[in-house]
Amino acid sequence: MRPIATTRAATGIATGKLAVWWVLASEVVIFGGLLASYVMHRLGHPEWADAAIHTDVRIGAFNTFVLLSSSLTAVLAHQAAERGDGKKAARYLYWTIFGAVTFLGVKTFEWYTEITHGYTITSNTFWSFYYSAAGLHALHVIAGAVIMAIVARDAARNRQLHRVELIGIYWHFVDIVWIFLFPLLYIAK
Amino acid sequence: MVEPAVDLTHGHPHEDHAHHGPQGIMKYLWSTDHKVIAMQYMFTGMFMALIGGFMAYVFRMQLAFPGMNVPGFGMVSPGEYNALVTNHGTIMIFWVAMPVLLAAFGNYLIPLMVGADDMVFPKVNRLSYQIFFLSTVVILASLVVEGGGFAGAWTAYPPLSADETYNLTPLGSTLWLVGVGLEFVAFLLGGINFITTLMNSRAPGMRAFDVPIVVWMIVVASILFMLSVGPLLAGAIMLLFDQTIGTGFFNPATGGDPILWQHLFWFFGHPEVYVVLLPAMGVVIEIITTFARKKVFAYRTVIFTVVAIGVLSFFVWAHHQFIAGIDPRMANIFTITTLLISVPMAELCFVYIATLYRGSITLSTPMLWALAFVAEFLIGGVTGIFLGAAGADVYFHDTYFVLAHFHYTFFPIAIIGTFAAFTYWFPKMFGKMMDERLGKWHFWLTIIPFNMIFIPLFVLGMGGQHRRIYNYEHFPELAIPWFQDMRQLATYSLLIMLGAQFIFFYNCFKSWRSGARASRNPWKANSLEWTTESPPPHGNWHPDDMPVVYRGPYEYSVPDREDDYWPQNEPALKGGPGE
Repeated sequence: MRPIATTRAATGIATGKLAVWWVLASEVVIFGGLLASYVMHRLGHPEWADAAIHTDVRIGAFNTFVLLSSSLTAVLAHQAAERGDGKKAARYLYWTIFGAVTFLGVKTFEWYTEITHGYTITSNTFWSFYYSAAGLHALHVIAGAVIMAIVARDAARNRQLHRVELIGIYWHFVDIVWIFLFPLLYIAK
Repeated sequence: MVEPAVDLTHGHPHEDHAHHGPQGIMKYLWSTDHKVIAMQYMFTGMFMALIGGFMAYVFRMQLAFPGMNVPGFGMVSPGEYNALVTNHGTIMIFWVAMPVLLAAFGNYLIPLMVGADDMVFPKVNRLSYQIFFLSTVVILASLVVEGGGFAGAWTAYPPLSADETYNLTPLGSTLWLVGVGLEFVAFLLGGINFITTLMNSRAPGMRAFDVPIVVWMIVVASILFMLSVGPLLAGAIMLLFDQTIGTGFFNPATGGDPILWQHLFWFFGHPEVYVVLLPAMGVVIEIITTFARKKVFAYRTVIFTVVAIGVLSFFVWAHHQFIAGIDPRMANIFTITTLLISVPMAELCFVYIATLYRGSITLSTPMLWALAFVAEFLIGGVTGIFLGAAGADVYFHDTYFVLAHFHYTFFPIAIIGTFAAFTYWFPKMFGKMMDERLGKWHFWLTIIPFNMIFIPLFVLGMGGQHRRIYNYEHFPELAIPWFQDMRQLATYSLLIMLGAQFIFFYNCFKSWRSGARASRNPWKANSLEWTTESPPPHGNWHPDDMPVVYRGPYEYSVPDREDDYWPQNEPALKGGPGE
């Protein structure tokens, strides 16, 4: 028994899609606040470059590549879902999840190396920002992968195909956050 | 726009519904009905208001009679005093004003006023309340853990809030932060629901400018909240790390900056004023237009003004930090933006007065509350000019003047606004009329003592009395007898005001038990919630009979009509007025 309210679309845009965009709006300001704080600090502390030198650009670049590729498969999944091919959409979504898992695996290795070299979250405020921002982003990757698994399971049975697009929108957001984090935390020395 | 086909299995919801789904108390705990969730928010908020009020009673007794054994509490230690004022502020804003004005009335009114049977995400709505309930448990637990509740003021400035060797409340301050963070998440979920419900599930025929102003205001408030709370959520995570794992985001010794917290806090904190103000202003204009039997003056101007206030409210935050060591040139800019925002606010007040002008006014209890809101909020707004101007604020900062100004804005919002809304929609919510005589006693015994509490505090502030002082006898130059008399006057007035609230609770109980039955539309108002039964059934209207909208909500006293009101869902007669 679905409420009538959930079936209306006075704006002509599906309610789910509207809601995802509002979720992203609230997420943008969360990351925005964190990154703005970081940038303001970084401008006031040129000596943070000495800490930033110890981040590994190659690992960051590899992860950037992984995330971007996973966004591509998310788009392909959407395309398949539009055609009504749930099985294919699910297969592409599984590839995206594979990308998320790879990203997290590489991240774990990277953090493990850094922490064993003595660069921990309490070392100085650069490292505090580094672990907090990337950690918050990683939480979003995990959440996205879990939701995507649920969506993919339904899509494989041709159910709730419109959700493939919604999780795709969210996944692009996670991707874009990383596009900001990578230069700010890794490239800027 | 096509009305979707009604599911036939939907049947007669208010007859069939009782026979399936969870029963008894579980039905209320796990309901996804927006009206039940609204009531949950409302009663949780009222319960927290009693706790916040009790805290005010305890610390005002300590201020008026230092060292006194406060009845019902005992001796107040300096640490307890600080914890009491901190949590009074936190609870009254985050657990009273927000849940009651925004969440309870937002949940109750939005679907009813836009002609929908529920929110667009009923389960997310339920989740929002459940997270809010959890946050309530956490904040209450923070008061009784070892070391006592957080005592670093509701603004939680570091380093006091960040370092347990300063605040001496390791558990209390962390729980406080977690509680506030959870509460934000709850309102983010609720806000997304409010916004999308207004956007997408309006009744057929309801255009953007046919939506009642209160719904607009609640939704604009939700957007403001959503766009301002993010940086503070990020800040809360940073502060949590500072407290628990020893990072130094706000610690200059490790390259951090305590002022950063102030920016993150007030970037949220100032829009937050408008987050709770706008719903109250919306409630008040609904009541004024109904009881003046007159169309709202300049409906569209109100909407555009509200949007202007929303935009401007993001550019005023640093007026809280004039003496925090910010650049004086920055102080100039923020003085200008702060004074600018008083222009649209004043405009709204003029609109309200213009709506009253030559209306046919009935001074019912809700109308008294609504008029009191305008009058008292004006005092709060005008005294804000002094604090918004950097030159005057340097003198007034951290005195009782600030405190009195703040309460002249938030008391009208959170208390007067709530009573206005509650007494106005009580017949709809509970199907009974409230007792007018008791309502008026309650009104006068709340309003007069309210002014008697805070006017003396204005005077104390102008006399240079610093706030956040536990016992003025320790400061001989602040403890002159005349000042102490003012403090006692405020405390006596508070006692009267708190006592008067029992009239309200008695009135609620009595009216609910044995009040006159309320008809569908006791106030002869236009908006859609008055077209269904009182109280509305599950689903609000019969699914085959959902309202269709033909006009705006403020068509009162239209010439050539027999009735002086014109419900939004009444089709226009061929050739008649409005055709």
